[in-house]
Amino acid sequence: MSSSTPPRDPKISIEHVYKIFGEDPQSVLPRVETGASKREILEETGHVVGIRDISLDIASGETFVVMGLSGSGKSTLIRHINRLIEPTAGRILIDGEDVLTLDEKQLRAMRRQKISMVFQRFALLPHKTVLANVMYPLRVDGVARDKAREAAMEQIETVGLAGYEDRYPRHLSGGMQQRVGLARALATSADVLLMDEAFSALDPLIRGDMQAQLKELQSKLHKTIVFITHDLDEALRLGDHIAILNDGELRQVGTGEDILLHPADDYVERFVRDVNRGRVVTLASTKRDATTLAASELSRARLIELIERDGVDAVVVVDGENRPVGAVSEATLYAGRNEPDAWWTDTGNLPMPEKASDDTVLAEVLPRFAGHSTPLVVVDAEGRVVGRMSATDALASLANDDG
Amino acid sequence: MEAGFPELIDTRGLRLAIDDAFNWVVIEWGRQLELAFLPVLRLLNNIEDGLLWTPWYIVILAIAGIGYLATRSIATAIGIVVMLFLTGLIGLWEPAMATIALMLTATFLAILVGIPLGILMSRSDRMQSIMLPVLDVMQTMPIFVYLIPFVMLFGPGKIPALLATIVFAVPPVIRLTNLGIRQVDAEVIEAVTAFGATSTQRLFSVQIPLALPTIMAGINQTTMMALSMVVIASMIGAGGLGYQVLQGIQRLEVSRGLLAGLAIVFLAIIFDRIAQAYGRRVQQHLHNS
Ligand SMILES: Nc1ncnc2c1ncn2[C@@H]1O[C@H](COP(=O)(O)OP(=O)(O)OP(=O)(O)O)[C@@H](O)[C@H]1O
Ligand SMILES: [Mg+2]
Repeated sequence: MSSSTPPRDPKISIEHVYKIFGEDPQSVLPRVETGASKREILEETGHVVGIRDISLDIASGETFVVMGLSGSGKSTLIRHINRLIEPTAGRILIDGEDVLTLDEKQLRAMRRQKISMVFQRFALLPHKTVLANVMYPLRVDGVARDKAREAAMEQIETVGLAGYEDRYPRHLSGGMQQRVGLARALATSADVLLMDEAFSALDPLIRGDMQAQLKELQSKLHKTIVFITHDLDEALRLGDHIAILNDGELRQVGTGEDILLHPADDYVERFVRDVNRGRVVTLASTKRDATTLAASELSRARLIELIERDGVDAVVVVDGENRPVGAVSEATLYAGRNEPDAWWTDTGNLPMPEKASDDTVLAEVLPRFAGHSTPLVVVDAEGRVVGRMSATDALASLANDDG
Repeated sequence: MEAGFPELIDTRGLRLAIDDAFNWVVIEWGRQLELAFLPVLRLLNNIEDGLLWTPWYIVILAIAGIGYLATRSIATAIGIVVMLFLTGLIGLWEPAMATIALMLTATFLAILVGIPLGILMSRSDRMQSIMLPVLDVMQTMPIFVYLIPFVMLFGPGKIPALLATIVFAVPPVIRLTNLGIRQVDAEVIEAVTAFGATSTQRLFSVQIPLALPTIMAGINQTTMMALSMVVIASMIGAGGLGYQVLQGIQRLEVSRGLLAGLAIVFLAIIFDRIAQAYGRRVQQHLHNS
């Protein structure tokens, strides 16, 4: 199923969770466990299978996106984390603690301090001002009015609504209302943020803004965010990991690239077919091996030998730490055919290659091929050569189904 | 007679048993009950005395003032002044004040009892399924049926009139409190729960404020029903305008009945306007203050 390695110390662990809606879920559970389909269960028992045998690990500080079509069980799943919905079977651990063992009081404490939530239709309190809305979770937790006001004002500023604190929600646009929702969720400094289709009700432009704002906030706050969406582009943009649900079942978990490049099954493949791969797929997963030569071994004969051996159009010359110091193509070899051997050992005489970092997405790299056809040298964060990418390879990666 | 319904069981025994049980309650508990309701009687008498003790023109101005505050309409305020003045002019000032006092007390107590009952009902589906049929029966029962048990318990007087009025007038405020709370946006309730609110915090910070316009509509209906019941209740010694109507019927004095009826209509208009305008105000405050 998943091709990504599970995080070692997950913030949230969901273990074999089932949720069946209806009169007597326990009586239906054995049949669901042995694999009866959602439709069979509905027709024969009148029960609705919300989610089925879901296990997930969500790492601390990541944005974990749950994606699926309407009715696939996304809302049901996310509501298990703060126990707005009780599972029919299974366990949910947060920081290693089983939330199902919490009594009423402990559960409230968890909801007040540890987990907060943003809702699709904002769910603001219409009779309270923006400020009072943002203060609400703190006041519920018994924080003194002055302190709550201070903390709330800070969050209102963070989301860019300073000056609107005395307005009522109905006087704000959708985007602004959801900013209030976000500020309210941030006010408690909970480290887990649940967002159920938080941006789905907004129009596309505002939605893009909100996504950008969330990314920016997250780069500072490092909360553990569980984000639900039915929009693949949004999932790819925000998610460190993405889980795909269908009919209450988990189909695949992985990074955006994993899912695009190695869809686990037909369903996922159909789901991801129409996405613009160029905006997601990075050089790291599509690069080809580069032929390198250490600068210390540099000679014309060696270069010719390597080009012939690997059948490549260029050799990257690297220093002791595998950083590129030059590139030699057949054209360079020909142009310097009359130079003495000493000239060939001086890296200063070689042309520098075009470099691209391995986390660059294909869409950004393509324009750089315009005008010349030399391959890019792909380097990692430390500037070391990890591969190369030619224009033809890049185009092939965009078109191919398996990269 | 042959076609009459056959007497399958002897209901006389049953009826006697009910009557006996009731009589027993009256004999054993009558005094205690009367004592228990003494504070209510005092409240009622104080309001009535207060209204009568205050000079009539101040009462008129005060009610017109309340009307103006609620409606912000000079016309309504003037209308109230004219109607109350006419009531005094046709010699019905004292009975009118007695009726107002009884209606206010009954409404106040009905709200006091009805809102908590409505809240209880909104919090449990079982409670709702028990209460709804009871409220239905209460609202379809002929008004006079309410009078009998209360008169037996307390004898004719103001307390049975007041209690019968409360019982008759309380269903709308219960119903609409329940409805209002249940109609609050489920997502808002979910949000509040997700932030760790207790059910009491949820009730007072969200459910009641958001249900207020509906609750106000219930209070409005309860007020109107109290007013109509007060007229009937005067038959069992509550006095007031209803008693004038009753006398008109007994003595076949059409004029007396008509004039008292007119005064009742005036009061109904005045209190309906005030209650409705106040309900609208609450709603407006909720939506765009
Ligand atoms: N309270 C409930 N009672 C009965 N069935 C329910 C209940 N809540 C959800 N379901 C069912 O469980 C399934 C999953 O619903 P859920 O709301 O989790 O889907 P979703 O992925 O969030 O969909 P959407 O994108 O429409 O919000 C659906 O078939 C739904 O009808
Ligand atoms: Mg949903």
